[in-house]
Amino acid sequence: MYAQMIKSEATQDDPEKLAAFQARIDAGEKIEPKDWMPVGYRKTLIRQIGQHAHSEIVGQLPEGNWITRAPTLERKAILLAKVQDEAGHGLYLYCAAETLGVSRDEMTEMLLDGRMKYSSIFNYPTLTWADMGAVGWLVDGAAIMNQVPLQRTSFGPYSRAMIRVCKEESFHQRQGYDIMMKMAQGTPEQKAMAQNALNRFWYPSLMMFGPSDKDSVHSAQSMAWKIKMNTNDELRQKFVDQTVPQAEYLGLTVPDDTLTWNEEKGGYDFAEPDWDEFFEVIQGNGPCNTERLAARNKAWDDGKWVRDGLLAHAEKRSIRKVAAE
Amino acid sequence: MASVDQTQLFEFLCRMGDNTLVLGHRVSEWCGHAPVLEEDIALANTALDLIGQTQMWLGYAGDVEGKGRTADDLAMLRDVWDFRNVLLVEQPNGDFGQTMMRQFLFDAWHLAMLKALTASSNEQIAAIAAKSVKEVQYHVERSGDTVIGLGDGTSESHKRMQDALNLLWPYVGEMFVADAVDDAMAQAGIAPDLASLRAEFDAHVGGVLAEATLTIPDGKFTHKGGKSGFQHSEHLGHLLTQMQWLQRAYPGATW
Amino acid sequence: MSSPNSAYPDTPDTQTKPKRHEWPLWEVFIRGQHGMSHRHVGSLHAPDEEMAIKNARDVYTRRNEGVSIWVVEARHIAASSPSEKGPLYEPSESKVYRHPTFFDIPEEVGAM
Repeated sequence: MYAQMIKSEATQDDPEKLAAFQARIDAGEKIEPKDWMPVGYRKTLIRQIGQHAHSEIVGQLPEGNWITRAPTLERKAILLAKVQDEAGHGLYLYCAAETLGVSRDEMTEMLLDGRMKYSSIFNYPTLTWADMGAVGWLVDGAAIMNQVPLQRTSFGPYSRAMIRVCKEESFHQRQGYDIMMKMAQGTPEQKAMAQNALNRFWYPSLMMFGPSDKDSVHSAQSMAWKIKMNTNDELRQKFVDQTVPQAEYLGLTVPDDTLTWNEEKGGYDFAEPDWDEFFEVIQGNGPCNTERLAARNKAWDDGKWVRDGLLAHAEKRSIRKVAAE
Repeated sequence: MASVDQTQLFEFLCRMGDNTLVLGHRVSEWCGHAPVLEEDIALANTALDLIGQTQMWLGYAGDVEGKGRTADDLAMLRDVWDFRNVLLVEQPNGDFGQTMMRQFLFDAWHLAMLKALTASSNEQIAAIAAKSVKEVQYHVERSGDTVIGLGDGTSESHKRMQDALNLLWPYVGEMFVADAVDDAMAQAGIAPDLASLRAEFDAHVGGVLAEATLTIPDGKFTHKGGKSGFQHSEHLGHLLTQMQWLQRAYPGATW
Repeated sequence: MSSPNSAYPDTPDTQTKPKRHEWPLWEVFIRGQHGMSHRHVGSLHAPDEEMAIKNARDVYTRRNEGVSIWVVEARHIAASSPSEKGPLYEPSESKVYRHPTFFDIPEEVGAM
């Protein structure tokens, strides 16, 4: 998801404390920043929440790419509000991670020099206005599917951030689908544009849930700690089952010849995405990895004088205030 | 309401709406690229306010014109010479300091203008101004504080802010130069005499810039030609190329 | 983030690192239009308290959530430590009469 491929850290703590900690989690208690926690729990969470936050921030870029080209004033305002929400969600998540003893600037630097990752999906380009529809519909749809259960995650600040994010995100997927509806009911060119967007975003969206459970060796510990609530395959299946009828309503074709309803399991059988492509994107070889990181680095480097300047002013002011007292 | 030439009223409304349209567009260019997350979010709020104000001004302009054009038609389907925004707002973002200086100089004028317009003899204009003035009150507080913080901050931030002021100051005068349209609006009690706003502007801006340790450049020269539409800068055409592209490429489609 | 009873812990990693020159972290409390008291809504970074209030307005009231904003630098917040959890909270848990649902009000009395 927004936090794909998170390895949970092995932990070597006092077995008695570990058992008590696990008992609290099993009892549904929230773990708060000052509570004792295993080293591995803390490290895994910093990595997971940090990656989730980075994904929100880098995720501003593909949609931000169309703000200045939105076709109407209302569409421009909606898209801008949505991308702004993503900045807000990144902010909430960074704050949640900061309660674990790492600063936002430290995490930012780790993103910028490649030590921390962000979701693979944001390394795909947005080429037409229909992509704003597809991203909202599919990418936010997949994100919501993952984030709703995370509201019950064991770490209090993460859980509270997710509650706020989910509340605010309720309009994101709908605005995407609304764009798709307009396009699908529009001119032949618009409908073709919508189909083209679905063709490009379908498999990358399926990748958002991470590799198949059978290849994901780190799930068990995270699930026991309740920082991962569902398996990758469970969520992916749920996403496909929800999305296929929505595509049918639009009159669009999911780009998967093998897609069939499986009465027995009560869900669709569908083709796996190309996992080689997924690992290439994670390794930095996606279509837009270079541009995305370059944009974040530029914003950070160009902004340094501003952050320093405002801080210097604040310090001068507090010195003047003390002197006046 | 005193009777007024509807063509001139249309012209006046386009000036108000094009200012907010073009500046809102410029500010929205920052989304995802600001120096710090909190600023990114704040800039988006400013842009959202300005886009909302644009919908009101240009929507009313379309009504006054009576040719069935909507706010979107006016925004997306006019060419450069039809735009009536002041040159200040179409200037490129430059660095963050230049963006905030442009914002502050416009906000200070905008606030004075909107305050006066809340007393407009035209009820619809008074209503739009009443809604907008609350938003702009906050814009100018925020941009003013940022100008002060960066002007007073480090030697680098001070220098950048002084450079921004030197670059943008010659665009201030255009906001206060009245022409036949402004005179007609003032006579009808629709809008204030622009020159009457200058004292409030000078006091406000002078105070902030002094606290920011910045010096207003000498010289009375003023760039003109934006709000009359006679001669925009080259920048506006490029802005419109982006903003209007979809509507131009797929005429008649609904989005 | 260093005082022993501040709201957030120092991890062993961060204790040994030099202090970084960053905008401090602020905790934000907002009272909504019909709210009786300020509630903690989250955190943010700002160079000083005035910008913290402005940032809080922009970050946490995007949907008109609040009318009154308090901010306090996170390092100034003292928090109870988890080991005190029992003594601090259990007494109030036994005072169930503090909660409105403790009292059975006859239906004919109406809403209360």
